[in-house]
Amino acid sequence: MNFSNSLPLALVIGIGFGAALEMAGLGNACKLAGQFTLRDFTVLKVMFSAIVTAMLGSFWLGRLGLADLGAFYVPDTFLLAQGIGGLVFGAGFALSGLCPGTSCVALASGRLDGLAAAGGMLGGVLLAGLAMPALAAVYRTGAFGSYTLPEAFGLPYGVVVALVTLLALGMFALAEQWERRP
Amino acid sequence: MARPYANPYLAGMALGGVLLSCFVLTGQGLGASGAFASAGSALLHAVAPRQAGNTWFQGYLQAGPWWSAWLVIELLGVIAGAAVSAWLHGRLRLAVERPAGMRARSRLAAAGAGGILMGIGSVLACGCTSGQALSGGALLSAGSWTFMLAVFISGYATMPLLRRLWP
Repeated sequence: MNFSNSLPLALVIGIGFGAALEMAGLGNACKLAGQFTLRDFTVLKVMFSAIVTAMLGSFWLGRLGLADLGAFYVPDTFLLAQGIGGLVFGAGFALSGLCPGTSCVALASGRLDGLAAAGGMLGGVLLAGLAMPALAAVYRTGAFGSYTLPEAFGLPYGVVVALVTLLALGMFALAEQWERRP
Repeated sequence: MARPYANPYLAGMALGGVLLSCFVLTGQGLGASGAFASAGSALLHAVAPRQAGNTWFQGYLQAGPWWSAWLVIELLGVIAGAAVSAWLHGRLRLAVERPAGMRARSRLAAAGAGGILMGIGSVLACGCTSGQALSGGALLSAGSWTFMLAVFISGYATMPLLRRLWP
């Protein structure tokens, strides 16, 4: 089964994605900013619950022969570009209190700051797109193609899955403790 | 009256379920910035076609009309799903979300400026918190985890400079 070009499916998946983000409160910029002011760890909790769920789900579906994990598209690794991109993105995330997906959730809820962030996003994409010919060299440093943590650390896939799960549970425990501190 | 938000772990698991369904049904993960790239390329091509000549814009333009790109339709779904959920939970309200005492104009300027940085960052990283952190993260992509780590480091390093914005 492959519905990779199905636009009705894209719409349905998007609706689920948007509804889950809205219900979690991630259309609220003040709540997202709380992640970085250490007042509200909803971003961390939602993000890592989602990552662990999808990671364990795809791992076990593959292990039980119900899905072909190798057929799932793993985003290519460009260590330098993704490191720099992440640093620039993180500053923008803190400044706007929203990310590209959640800015759409905010604007869908009637929040004008979501519209401003989405408008800025469009401008930033165009600026970077125009500069792309000059940026080509950045993608050549640390270009590993499809490259996973198990390959990078020389560990079996299942071990890394277990470690990421433990990391997430540890962070959840710390976040709960921090939020309950007097 | 606005109802309280869902339990973050349950909402996260629901989001993970959507992501897993997306992997199984399409072989790819979720995204957001890619839709901005498709729409932005088409916009530039319409306004200043010569500027849209480089291979990066052409990659999006040659994939077909922007409104039929998978990620554009998915992001329209995000907007629809979020609007319905906000309406059902009494959270649909025209407003500028901001800390008490902050002027709406300053908040909008900060949100727009942050958007520009996120646009640049997501082009560099070939994705954002959706396509890289969530989707690539769940498939253990080394580049996606590098991006995620850099986002959190930078977010925490930037926040102390923004005390007037987020008190």
